[in-house]
Amino acid sequence: MTLMRDRTLLIIFALFVLAAPLIFAPTGAAYPDLLQRFAIYGIFAIGFNILFGLTGYLSFGHAAFLGIGSYSAVWMFKLLTMNIVPALLLSVLLAGLFSLLIGYVSLRRSGIYFSILTLALAQMSYNLAYSVLTPLTNGETGLQLRLDDPRILDAAGAVGTLPSTNLFGLEMKAVFWNPTIFGYDLQFNWGYYVTAAMLILSFWISIRIFRSPFGMMLRAVKTNQTRLNYTGINSRPYTLAAFVISGMFAGLAGGLLASMDPLAGAERMQWTVGGEVVLMVVLGGMGTLIGPILGAVFIKYFENIFSKINDTVLQGWFSFMPGWLDDFFVTIVSPFVGRGWGLTLGALFMIVVIFLPGGLVYGAKRIGSLLTGAKRREAKVEAM
Amino acid sequence: MDAILLQILNGIDKGSAYALIALGLTLIFGTLGVVNFAHGALFMIGAFVAVTIGKVLDISKITIDPEKVDFLGNPAKIRTPYVTDWFGDFGLWMIEWSVLVSVIVAIPVMILIGIIMERGLIRYFYNRPHADQILVTFGLAIVLQNIIKAIFGANPIPQSAPELLQGSVDFGVLVGMAENAVIYPLWRLVYFLFSMVLIGGVFAFLRFTTFGMVVRAGMADRQTVGLLGINIDKRFTIMFGVAAAVAGLAGVMYTPISPPNYPMGMDFLVLSFVVVVVGGMGSLPGAVLAGFLLGILESFASMPLIKDAIAAIGLPSIDQIIIYLVAVIVLLVRPRGLMGKAGMMED
Repeated sequence: MTLMRDRTLLIIFALFVLAAPLIFAPTGAAYPDLLQRFAIYGIFAIGFNILFGLTGYLSFGHAAFLGIGSYSAVWMFKLLTMNIVPALLLSVLLAGLFSLLIGYVSLRRSGIYFSILTLALAQMSYNLAYSVLTPLTNGETGLQLRLDDPRILDAAGAVGTLPSTNLFGLEMKAVFWNPTIFGYDLQFNWGYYVTAAMLILSFWISIRIFRSPFGMMLRAVKTNQTRLNYTGINSRPYTLAAFVISGMFAGLAGGLLASMDPLAGAERMQWTVGGEVVLMVVLGGMGTLIGPILGAVFIKYFENIFSKINDTVLQGWFSFMPGWLDDFFVTIVSPFVGRGWGLTLGALFMIVVIFLPGGLVYGAKRIGSLLTGAKRREAKVEAM
Repeated sequence: MDAILLQILNGIDKGSAYALIALGLTLIFGTLGVVNFAHGALFMIGAFVAVTIGKVLDISKITIDPEKVDFLGNPAKIRTPYVTDWFGDFGLWMIEWSVLVSVIVAIPVMILIGIIMERGLIRYFYNRPHADQILVTFGLAIVLQNIIKAIFGANPIPQSAPELLQGSVDFGVLVGMAENAVIYPLWRLVYFLFSMVLIGGVFAFLRFTTFGMVVRAGMADRQTVGLLGINIDKRFTIMFGVAAAVAGLAGVMYTPISPPNYPMGMDFLVLSFVVVVVGGMGSLPGAVLAGFLLGILESFASMPLIKDAIAAIGLPSIDQIIIYLVAVIVLLVRPRGLMGKAGMMED
């Protein structure tokens, strides 16, 4: 029963992701760069959800793994080849190793201590990337491709141009189909479909973990870790495994970010980035399958839309009103848009945490049950 | 010797800020059991209270003096701040000592902000999981930060110390060493003394007043104090205000040391958490001690002599990460922190 439902969910999800350039066309978000970001942060959030949503361990340090993924991918592009496969493999592997290390240390504590430890460790990696590890990370400038990089597996390209990332010859940036459908100028590029494939794969892994005995154990950790310990089960291997898995997802996301745009900077490791993924998961609905992706798309979409709105646009919106009311609304709204997007995000996040702890998914369910009257029927059954 | 003294002095001004923020964090955690991720934002708001006061005091009336002309040949404009118009010399004094005025203004403002924060938001989270408390205060920190950014812009706004306290002091002479051995900015010394007074004040308040006694009793056993017919919630709310004021004052006095900008709170917050953890969650003396210790440690790690010594044994320089490294080691070796009570959040 659940197996069937999961399969349907996966198929619907896959169709949706594959058709995203078409679906997002009316919203003005259907250009490859933004769609790729949706998918990449979706992967990041899916991974984070496996740790936070299932075990309840709130980590503020996952930005470190994102950064490590980016750095290792760029090093692969520099040394080996511009093909993204080895780069992604190394990203996942290295991020996994680092998360094993950091997870081993920080999982010795739980609750607030765990959050603070991951925060401290992530900030430490950020500072390391900025200072001591400059030969590896190129410090403030960030790691970039250069013309004189060895790239030992690649044939020498055209002189004087940087090669672009590819998957066995398919260039990430290349648009392979550029049709006009329903009057929208659509762009289908390889980069998006690579990230989309990864997203679907991640989603599938996430479903498998959610339904597995391992996932059950993780949920038991969240529900009552003390009781779990008293039944004679050592929960740490499970939480550590969840931590490493989520770290590897973060590494994959970092590697993909570098594959789409081959540079890596230390600011990707700052703990505010780790805070952003927390926002995504909580906003979408932690512990749900689709919630984290929803949260990631939501945040990245509105970040993109809201930052473009300025006072002139607002004047246009409210122009139907009388002059003074128009000005009033523009004054009220303008701190929340444009560069004030952070304010909207923070306020929205607080509202969700306060009133809707289950996130958007839970909210949608509630609205759905209100509309269909399922709740009333339930109440009736209970009353009987 | 003088080099060591200089490093200690260099460490104590940051250490003072860490200690003050950590003290407030610990007060809130000890009384209300909430981890306040918005505490750094309170530090920042304090700094911006100073900025606002500085700006308000500087609002000027512009008069045109027809006698004089400026270099373009236009009549010269003379700016006279309204406060000097109204109060004469006292007004001038206020502009000069605007930091002090800010301190006086910041105390009620910060207490009020703290109480509003606790009554308006945080009290609804006592019965929710710690993760929810962290999340909502984290959201609040983002909101406060962005409000400040919307009002004051993203660039740091330099503030100056009163002229009397600018410049440096030859600290070495004060303790009987050679001249010019240890030169130290005067304001940082003031900051340290101020923080000592503030910390002493908070401890004395808890130690020697009836109110403080009740609060301490409530920290030890909230339920019993409640059963004795004391409204402990009200007192804890006021303690939240006090903690906010401590962080705010730390921010006000920090403005001449580094120009305030909106992310400053977050930067200090992360370090203050580390300080609280190292000192021992819930231990007030631990927070203060760890604040100064880590501040001084950080400054020692960046000392050329130590750097060379570390490089000599083949390790990379650690001055950027020493605090985090210490925190990790402390948490692994002695989970309850330097002065934490046994069993306090040790899971």
